Amino acid sequence: MSLFNRTEIAPLEYTRRLWMRAWIAATLFFLYAPLLVLIAFSFNDSKRNIVWRGFTFKYYGKVLENEGLMAALGNSLTIAFLATVFSIILGTLAAVMLWRFQFPGKTAVEGTMALPIVVPEICMGVAMLVFFAKLDWPTDLPWPLNLSAITIAHITFCFPFVAMVVRARLAGFNKEQEEAAKDLGATEWQAFRDVLLPHMKPGIIAGALLAFTLSLDDFVITFFTSGPNTITFPVKVYSMVRFSVTPEVNAASAILIFLTILLTTVALKLQDFTKATA
Amino acid sequence: MTEKQPVISIRNVTKRFGNMVAVDDVSIDILEGEFFVLLGPSGCGKTTLLRMIAGFEMPSEGQILIGGQDMAGVSPNQRPVNMVFQSYAVFPHMSVADNVAYGLKIAGVAKPEIKTRVDEALELVSLGGLGLRMPDQLSGGQRQRVALARGLVMRPKVLLLDEPLSALDAKLRAQMQFELAELQDNVGITFVTVTHDQDEALSMACRIAVMNKGDVAQLAGPADLYEHPANRFVADFIGSVNIFEGRLTVDEPEQAVVDCPEVGRIYLNHGVTGAHETTVWVAIRPEKITMLPAGQAKAKDSPDGHNIAHGQIKGMSYLGDITIYDVKLDSGRSVRVSRPNLSRWDQEDFSWDDKVSLQWHPTSPIVLLS
Repeated sequence: MSLFNRTEIAPLEYTRRLWMRAWIAATLFFLYAPLLVLIAFSFNDSKRNIVWRGFTFKYYGKVLENEGLMAALGNSLTIAFLATVFSIILGTLAAVMLWRFQFPGKTAVEGTMALPIVVPEICMGVAMLVFFAKLDWPTDLPWPLNLSAITIAHITFCFPFVAMVVRARLAGFNKEQEEAAKDLGATEWQAFRDVLLPHMKPGIIAGALLAFTLSLDDFVITFFTSGPNTITFPVKVYSMVRFSVTPEVNAASAILIFLTILLTTVALKLQDFTKATA
Repeated sequence: MTEKQPVISIRNVTKRFGNMVAVDDVSIDILEGEFFVLLGPSGCGKTTLLRMIAGFEMPSEGQILIGGQDMAGVSPNQRPVNMVFQSYAVFPHMSVADNVAYGLKIAGVAKPEIKTRVDEALELVSLGGLGLRMPDQLSGGQRQRVALARGLVMRPKVLLLDEPLSALDAKLRAQMQFELAELQDNVGITFVTVTHDQDEALSMACRIAVMNKGDVAQLAGPADLYEHPANRFVADFIGSVNIFEGRLTVDEPEQAVVDCPEVGRIYLNHGVTGAHETTVWVAIRPEKITMLPAGQAKAKDSPDGHNIAHGQIKGMSYLGDITIYDVKLDSGRSVRVSRPNLSRWDQEDFSWDDKVSLQWHPTSPIVLLS
């Protein structure tokens, strides 16, 4: 018995053991300390941003007034939106194809489709650079057509994620439902629209949010495919860091973090919903 | 009575999957307004046959006619039949009413008519007032009723049911057997049901096709199947039975004797056509065997020493309404005998290791040639 009259720790109550708590705390610290410091120092009232000199919101104001940065954010959001739309269409169709049909080389197709997920980003970036250079892709188009190269690059690494999420969702689909629809008079298309699509919807939404945040965050691949007039938000932040790490950079990064957390939370909530109704 | 027309004609239908023959040259006529059951063990081809009628599988050979029309090349959504799936396949994202209305909406029926027909159908399956519920708020039995209503509302020529009761618990299944039969009687639509459960088949069907390995082993009414099975497979599959191998030694118009090494001579008071001096099988149902304490048995209506066997009780299972005894004959052969428990203290009459005599009436044995 301990001094504080607590009940003894049961064999499976790991979370009440001191060493386990310390381990969890260390893990959380390791994961989140850098982010917390970054966010904290975005409120630092100091130009050099090395020593804490007081609380201020002014760098957030500065960020919002920074035209270059806002233009980059506009570019990023546009690219992310377009990449998401195309990823949904391509990814969903790919998932349905892999789920429904048996064809020679199916395993190979399935494997190669996951390739953009596993190939190192730097390789993807260089590959994209070479690809667009070889095609002689025009770089002097008016906005938003000048974003086409980046958007295409983003679609290639976003749509496999959509395909994977939707494919997982489809694994739980009862094919008899589709047959029931056809039995009741529905055509192939009507059965797809009325039965298969509603079933895939939570997966599509989750996949879309995943694609959106991935596209919004991406630096490496974008860096290789962007030109002087097509700076995205992460690339712009990078160029700002090269001059000096001001609280403005912190504030900009914090904004990106907030956006990402928000969207990821929504995606996870939707996946919970998916499980609940599956 | 007017003569009933076949609403479905299955003509020499064969279905192959690769090298596997799922349905082998089957011909069946299903009559207007009957409750038809395809019965058989799993893998006998009954579901494949049903799916061919629905249009989800195409026959490799042969023809399926529905209402006199050849269904070759007609897709499922254009056939005048509807199906109740084994999993019910109720659309989870639609309310009960929307589920039932789905087929009518696709068919472009006017909204007010959809509403009245959906209400009617829900009333018919005793789901009145539950139209706004979502499927996940329903019990298994209720979901099944939704699937039924969804098919019935289309007023099909034939309603196909794939193992409709297999997912329900025993009590509910027994209740639904009656309800389905009554429902079918009320709506007058032809029902074709697939099942592996013989009780289900016997209790609901007008006629049953017993299938085995892609073939129809016998097509007959429930009582005929039970009392006049055509072969050992049917005798064994429907109900429980004792089958003895023997030699037909006497085969006259008025009597026949089968000499079975395991039980002795079995006497029948009717003839067996054209199988004299060949190997035959005799099937006797457990409830048609009378069990008496040793020595008290005296075969009535049979010559001395026929239709009688002696043994010892080696096993008993008390099932409430009946008790099943496993009697080991002197030859070493086990025989299954069932006795109704007519009074509350009756079970004490026989016990393990009791010496008993078995006897049966000369009409009870069934002679099977294959």
